[in-house]
Amino acid sequence: MIRINGVSHQIAGMPILSDVTLTLPKGGITALIGPNGAGKSTLLSLMARLTRIQSGSISFDDANVAETPTQELAKRLSILRQDNVLTARLTVQDLVGFGRYPHHKGRPGPNDVKLVNDALEAMALTPLRTRFLDELSGGQRQRALVAMVLAQDTDYVLLDEPLNNLDMRHARQMMIRLQTAARTQGKSFVVVIHDINFAAAYADRIVALKDGRVLATGTPAEIVTPAMLKDIFDLDIVVQQIAGHPFALHQIAPPSTQ
Amino acid sequence: MRSDSIAPRFGLRLGLLGGAALIAVALFFVLGVPAGAWAFALKFRVGKVVALILVAFAISASTQLFHVTTRNQILTPAIMGFDALYLMIQTGLVYSIGGMATLSIDPVAKFSAEVVAMMVFSTGLFLWLFTAKSRDLHLLVLVGIIFGALFRSLSNFAARMIDPNDFVVVQGEMFARFNAVNLDLLWISILLCAGTVPILWGMRHQFDVLSLGRETAINLGLRYKRVMLISFATIGLLVSVSTALVGPITFFGLLVTHLAYRFLPGARFGVTLIATTLVAIVTLVGGQAIFEHVLGFKGTLSVVIDMLGGLVFLTLLLKGAAK
Ligand SMILES: Nc1ncnc2c1ncn2[C@@H]1O[C@H](COP(=O)(O)OP(=O)(O)OP(=O)(O)O)[C@@H](O)[C@H]1O
Ligand SMILES: [Mg+2]
Repeated sequence: MIRINGVSHQIAGMPILSDVTLTLPKGGITALIGPNGAGKSTLLSLMARLTRIQSGSISFDDANVAETPTQELAKRLSILRQDNVLTARLTVQDLVGFGRYPHHKGRPGPNDVKLVNDALEAMALTPLRTRFLDELSGGQRQRALVAMVLAQDTDYVLLDEPLNNLDMRHARQMMIRLQTAARTQGKSFVVVIHDINFAAAYADRIVALKDGRVLATGTPAEIVTPAMLKDIFDLDIVVQQIAGHPFALHQIAPPSTQ
Repeated sequence: MRSDSIAPRFGLRLGLLGGAALIAVALFFVLGVPAGAWAFALKFRVGKVVALILVAFAISASTQLFHVTTRNQILTPAIMGFDALYLMIQTGLVYSIGGMATLSIDPVAKFSAEVVAMMVFSTGLFLWLFTAKSRDLHLLVLVGIIFGALFRSLSNFAARMIDPNDFVVVQGEMFARFNAVNLDLLWISILLCAGTVPILWGMRHQFDVLSLGRETAINLGLRYKRVMLISFATIGLLVSVSTALVGPITFFGLLVTHLAYRFLPGARFGVTLIATTLVAIVTLVGGQAIFEHVLGFKGTLSVVIDMLGGLVFLTLLLKGAAK
């Protein structure tokens, strides 16, 4: 269970997050949605101890982020950041191999090799495994970064816009892969997603953030409604039911307002 | 995960470099020995070759650590003027207590004090410059070069401030001199360098993780601040050793690290460090054997090395700017 309790964050006196309190049950996919600048990435950074918590507290099960040794946290939670600058000249398999570092500290065993191979396979990177990262396309690099996080094999996984740069096929495959891991291995994913329809189709719950505050929390059916979306994004959006999922036709303006 | 074991991927190349380094050392001993002076030459050259190997190691290790901790491969401690910072500390000492007094202090004690001062300074400066959130590389290069110029002119200025008699004491230290190695400090330098080996080798996996950048390193459970501090202090120590032994050489570290990076693409920190050190030994010891013992040019090797390294620097800058 993830407990976020009264977390506020300021940068240079500007409030970025205001009194965020959330409880996310263990297991399943939580989609974090909200407009640009809502504070989604900031919240994930605080959860993953990349930024120091200014006030409030965050814990994963019994591990308080501010107090648990960082090596211990690395075995429990992992994060994919939104912007990744990898200057090191690395091959795909070496990068993914680093995901195992918290567990083997530099001396990989057979289980580490297996998990790296699984992660490469899951992200369809096996044919590219010996390529250097600067020889990959944007989407391939993104998949390599996700594979590294998957190889870390933590109970909690925070993914900041993992679908960035992915084509339709790989985006769908990635969401299915997350769903499978959540269902069969009991993993918990917190995923920042801009495409609301991916959130509606795959997430167990959606948290909407706006102006640094939690605006709403609920199931896709509760959140993906014209009224809610209007609140969150200040946008009129038509929602239809397709194959049991609410679908937001957000690309086009509703006929009446045109 | 093959690259975790050294042997299959880079074993042959390391072997080649090791062979080349051995040949360089052998040449250093045998070339240009005056007839009948074998015993004397040998004894004299042992000290020199040990010093040059220490310098090769110190510059390789400090440069590579710098590249990993700052996540750039263009700047080096020498380009940022850290050798000049060391000289400044040295000149400062002469200025405050006088040349004669300085000469009367035990050189090892004096050197130890300088090393400690250098470790403190470099740690402070590095922390201030590099632990802020990811900086733009071009800005960093600019700041680095300005710092280099600042430290160099400050150490020159300090040298001019002091008594002309005292100046003689520091003057000799301010230029690279492979042919006039400071042998007084050989033992303490061996000890200091040996002391860094457990850090460099024992933490090599942590340095690999560090090279992925702050956020990824923290995600993987690295104790980021601690590793950065150790790294900076070690750089300060290694720069002191190399500068004390042979003086400042601006572009040597850049030259040898980039040769090693090209020769072993994608290799990890530990393997690369072995390669860089071997390349540095080949360049320094082999170069000195040829320049001094065969061609009889005293003091030209540092110029040639700096010229080659300077070309590497320019190429890297232009390539970076073209991106
Ligand atoms: N270093 C910084 N200095 C000042 N303001 C910042 C800084 N980093 C983030 N912010 C501000 O904090 C707010 C939240 O940023 P954050 O990156 O968390 O948004 P986000 O919800 O992830 O947005 P996006 O969907 O665009 O990724 C934004 O208004 C942003 O301008
Ligand atoms: Mg963001």
